[in-house]
Amino acid sequence: MRAFDYVRATDTREAVRLLAEDPAASCLAGGTTQLDLMKDGVLEPPRLIDITRLPLHGIERRGAALHVGALATMEELAADATVAARLPMVRESLLRGASVQLRNMATIGGNLLQRTRCRYFRDPTVPECNKRTPGSGCAAAQGAARMHAVLGASERCIALHASDLAVALVALDAVVHIQGPAEARTVPLTEFYLTADESPQRENVLEHAELITAVEIPLPSAAARSGYLKVRDRASYEFALASAAVLLVLEDGMIRQARVGLGGVGTKPWRAYESEHVLTGASATTATFREAADAALRDAWTVPGTAFKVPLARRTLVRELQTVSEVTA
Amino acid sequence: MTDVASRRDVDERPAITERVVTLTVNGRPHTLRLDTRVTLLDALRDRLGLVGTKKGCDQGACGACTVHLDGRRVLACLTLAAQAEGRAITTIEGVSGADGQHPVQQAFMEHDGFQCGFCTPGQIMSAVALMAEGRAGSDAEIREFMSGNLCRCGAYPNIVAAIREAASQGGHDAGL
Repeated sequence: MRAFDYVRATDTREAVRLLAEDPAASCLAGGTTQLDLMKDGVLEPPRLIDITRLPLHGIERRGAALHVGALATMEELAADATVAARLPMVRESLLRGASVQLRNMATIGGNLLQRTRCRYFRDPTVPECNKRTPGSGCAAAQGAARMHAVLGASERCIALHASDLAVALVALDAVVHIQGPAEARTVPLTEFYLTADESPQRENVLEHAELITAVEIPLPSAAARSGYLKVRDRASYEFALASAAVLLVLEDGMIRQARVGLGGVGTKPWRAYESEHVLTGASATTATFREAADAALRDAWTVPGTAFKVPLARRTLVRELQTVSEVTA
Repeated sequence: MTDVASRRDVDERPAITERVVTLTVNGRPHTLRLDTRVTLLDALRDRLGLVGTKKGCDQGACGACTVHLDGRRVLACLTLAAQAEGRAITTIEGVSGADGQHPVQQAFMEHDGFQCGFCTPGQIMSAVALMAEGRAGSDAEIREFMSGNLCRCGAYPNIVAAIREAASQGGHDAGL
């Protein structure tokens, strides 16, 4: 690990000012991505600004939304009473997202900003990585791809966004609260991320001196049913090969409202609007679910190692639509 | 966010990269002058001689370095020593009381919950926390919430049996 200067910020404005002063500085929160990538030599910030003591830890109900401080941990959010009662897909995505140790460290803001697990990105001795070195190529697209993306992917980059939580949050239309040097702003999570085929090196719209301060999760109507299904290589403590976050409002066998997020397949946490268009207003049947799943994966871009993800993601989504709707016919 | 922007030449590195840090480990304060890069794991092992906490993968995947920070289990390999300042740090050396072993330690011995023993301190720290979290209600629950602790010898059935017994004896009251 390269040497760095460590500074502990005590309030949010100070943290933003420190960031603005140094274009190469990085924030340190839970550290589960940041320190790991620094040990691997992928990130080499000369200055780390420890933000863990900023007053951004609270989780509170504000009207029809849950306001989650950016420094709340994954474990704290999973244990929240409102999350347990009203946001089951958030709870499930968190509990399946990491070990308890990591959940006690990793923050909600950090979870949204986590970097890809692509082994080529994480190995600086591999020269071809458009994410690390723009214009250098993509070793993964030519190499041993498996834990990689098929949506928002191209020969430029197939790096997967591995967050489970963010998949549930894009489905729920969560909003990111951001503090910058001059002003605060909010960005819908569905507009927060960029896909790797657009810009491998830039993953989201956050500017250097901006800090995520909170995530606002609108609470779904009481009539909504929802769930999160994660398919992986082992039963626990593993990244998704495919996952589906589903929310449905049903009325007399008809789908009044549908929200679908897909994980394990996208270069960003994937909102499957195409599936929602098929589902909304249709009758809740397995035939409808299959059509919705086909629509979500229609634009998939695969290499030999990732081709299996297309049918797997389709089946994962169909299964979760069946589970949430309790319709298996 | 771009990695290119976070790279600098060596001669632009900061001049001061040491920090005086006071760590409270198992109830005792220790003041150390540390390079900012030193993790809590390396400070415990190399500076304080508390070598019970193990370095397995050093990248947050194996759980061998599990310690408690303010009563919550975390990974010492991905925590900077500076981040642990002002927090109560508990290591495997601190879980046993004056009257001997923690009930979880005793149960691991009775059930042969290890072979080589390298992952065992992390397993025990995780198990003590798991019981305090109220997550030892069934074998399935124990397996799920212990999944962050890997055992390459494959002693899992005996680890689950040890935790099941310690939990049934109310062992969660001890140690934390």
